[in-house]
Amino acid sequence: MTDQSQPNDLSTNSHDESKATSTRRPRFGKGAIVFAVILGLLFGVGTFTFGYGKGASYLSNNPQTCVNCHVMQDHLDSWQQSSHHHVAVCNDCHLPHDPIGKWVTKADNGFFHSLAFTVGGYKDPIRIKPRNRRVTQSTCIDCHKDFVHPLLPATANDDMQSCVHCHADVGHAGR
Amino acid sequence: MASDQKSGFSWLLLLTFITGAATFAVVALLVNIFERKQEARAPFTKVVEVSEVSSDPEPWGLNFPQQYEDYLKTVNDPYTDFGGNHALPPSKLEESPWLKRLFAGYAFSIDYREARGHAHMLADQEVTKRVTDVQQSGACMHCHASIIPTYRRIGLETMGEEATVDKLAEDFRMDAVLAGFKEVSQKKYEEVHAEVEKTPDGMDPESGDPHIGGAHPVSCVDCHDPKTMQIRVTRPGFVLGIDKLAKSDEPVPHLPSVEQWRKDGRQGDYDPNTMATRQEMRSFVCGQCHVEYYCANKMTLTFPWSNGLKMEQLEAEWDTTTFPDGDDFYDYVHKETGTKVYKAQHPEFELWSQGIHARSGVSCSDCHMPYEKVGATKVSSHWVRSPMMNINKACQTCHKIPEEEIKARVDTIQDRTKALIERAAAAMTEMLDAIIAVQKAGASEEQLAPIRKLQRKAMWRLDYIASENSKGFHARQEAARILGESIDYSRQAIAACWKLELDDGSAEETAAVEE
Repeated sequence: MTDQSQPNDLSTNSHDESKATSTRRPRFGKGAIVFAVILGLLFGVGTFTFGYGKGASYLSNNPQTCVNCHVMQDHLDSWQQSSHHHVAVCNDCHLPHDPIGKWVTKADNGFFHSLAFTVGGYKDPIRIKPRNRRVTQSTCIDCHKDFVHPLLPATANDDMQSCVHCHADVGHAGR
Repeated sequence: MASDQKSGFSWLLLLTFITGAATFAVVALLVNIFERKQEARAPFTKVVEVSEVSSDPEPWGLNFPQQYEDYLKTVNDPYTDFGGNHALPPSKLEESPWLKRLFAGYAFSIDYREARGHAHMLADQEVTKRVTDVQQSGACMHCHASIIPTYRRIGLETMGEEATVDKLAEDFRMDAVLAGFKEVSQKKYEEVHAEVEKTPDGMDPESGDPHIGGAHPVSCVDCHDPKTMQIRVTRPGFVLGIDKLAKSDEPVPHLPSVEQWRKDGRQGDYDPNTMATRQEMRSFVCGQCHVEYYCANKMTLTFPWSNGLKMEQLEAEWDTTTFPDGDDFYDYVHKETGTKVYKAQHPEFELWSQGIHARSGVSCSDCHMPYEKVGATKVSSHWVRSPMMNINKACQTCHKIPEEEIKARVDTIQDRTKALIERAAAAMTEMLDAIIAVQKAGASEEQLAPIRKLQRKAMWRLDYIASENSKGFHARQEAARILGESIDYSRQAIAACWKLELDDGSAEETAAVEE
């Protein structure tokens, strides 16, 4: 009824159409209904998947999030044996301490971790990427800067040994 | 306007299609997450009974499909720079002609090929010319066949007990296994092979009917207890050998349970199955066969470990061993020179014992059967093969350096060892020529006696490293030391020949011609 102008417009152009639609025309076409149903399905399944996949947990700092993928079980176990167990969780060492860097790295790692875990074929034992190694190095220094300041290179980007080269057990004991 | 509606409809169709695809992707992800979560539950289903008589690996494979699949893959070991798989593996005798002279008068001079994977071991033994053209002893099957049920059956029979399938399946019975081992040790190869084929290789648990399926290469029951799946040692040769080693005073810091047993006052016998740590067992199961031993018909199969595990300690045991008929011990008479010499088998366990990996508590299985994740389950790979085929899992668990770097380090060790082997081989062949020359020139047995001794030492040392499977990797300095000694003894023998100053001086001539 509200669309009265439309059938009139159509009738001027096509008699066949006007006959079919002259009396009453639904507000949405069949296609729109199919689309709405499918969109609803997607929304429902998507929400369920997000919940089932513990999607919200990835926004937290909880170490249990990392063992959502069983690949990380050994890493969590060895962290629990380590000296840093009481003072630092996964994110404290593996994500930068500034908010932007933290979330960028989280998104970057999150994407590639889920890609690797879903598609498979990653190396095992897994190996840290150079970018993430730089992150751990920066987080070591961030917490220990008062103590290690005299040891740091005089100029930025100067060569220095990675902390975990010698202190391999602080984050993951017995690995 | 009709076209407007049509295009509106196509847009709708496209949107529907895109949303559909997105839904498809989300469902696929959902199922993937579900599967990954299921993986983490590590299910194990026992579908058939296996017992002490199940030398056929197939029923075990029904319970442990992953391990069985891996085991079957050992027929597909890829070829490394120093060993691996082929339908007919390349002949070592063609690659290194000096081996023919080293083994002159011994079956290895007829047919000697690169090693292949475990699942091949019995078939390869059945067709090698060493077995088909030469009469071999049944002791060879100690390691190549799944022979323990046969030992037990014959052992029970000699002990006057009835050897029914039920009885064979029931219990390991080390006493019966030992008795059977001693009984067949000096029999002919064909006789023992026939005995193995007569022994049931499985049993129907309902009816208790035996299943006679022929002989199998070393399989599940040889390393695992069918009741608990615990790894164990079954080979009488090893059980007797490791007991001798424990009773010696040689320090074995890489075998802590042996040291402990000594400290506890050496009560009774050292029994690896009850005393060894799990980590030690992960090497002992390999050490049952990958060792030096005497395996022929003059005496029972022997591991020469009563002085320790070093090359010269094994040699010292052979030096003091006499055969039951009173003759001095030897493996073969070298055909070109007439000297009685020793044949080193494949002393991987002994050489590993001298290396840094053993000293650091790394077992054979850690590198040759590394853990891998199958789903979320941690499985020790039963595809026993060169760690160089699997550097990520075999090495990088401990060595956090790039794969290429690891490969380069191993290549360096193996290439250097290979070069030293070639040097030692050249010295050895020159020594043989020198000895042949002085024999022609009429050297007396008395004059030759000290030279023969040097020859035996030189050949034993060269063979020890050349026939060991790691090309020096298991203990690189030890390998180099042994080869250095070999070269020294060869050259000493040549010098001794020249010092004899026999009339015609043909020793020098022949040596010169050979060069």
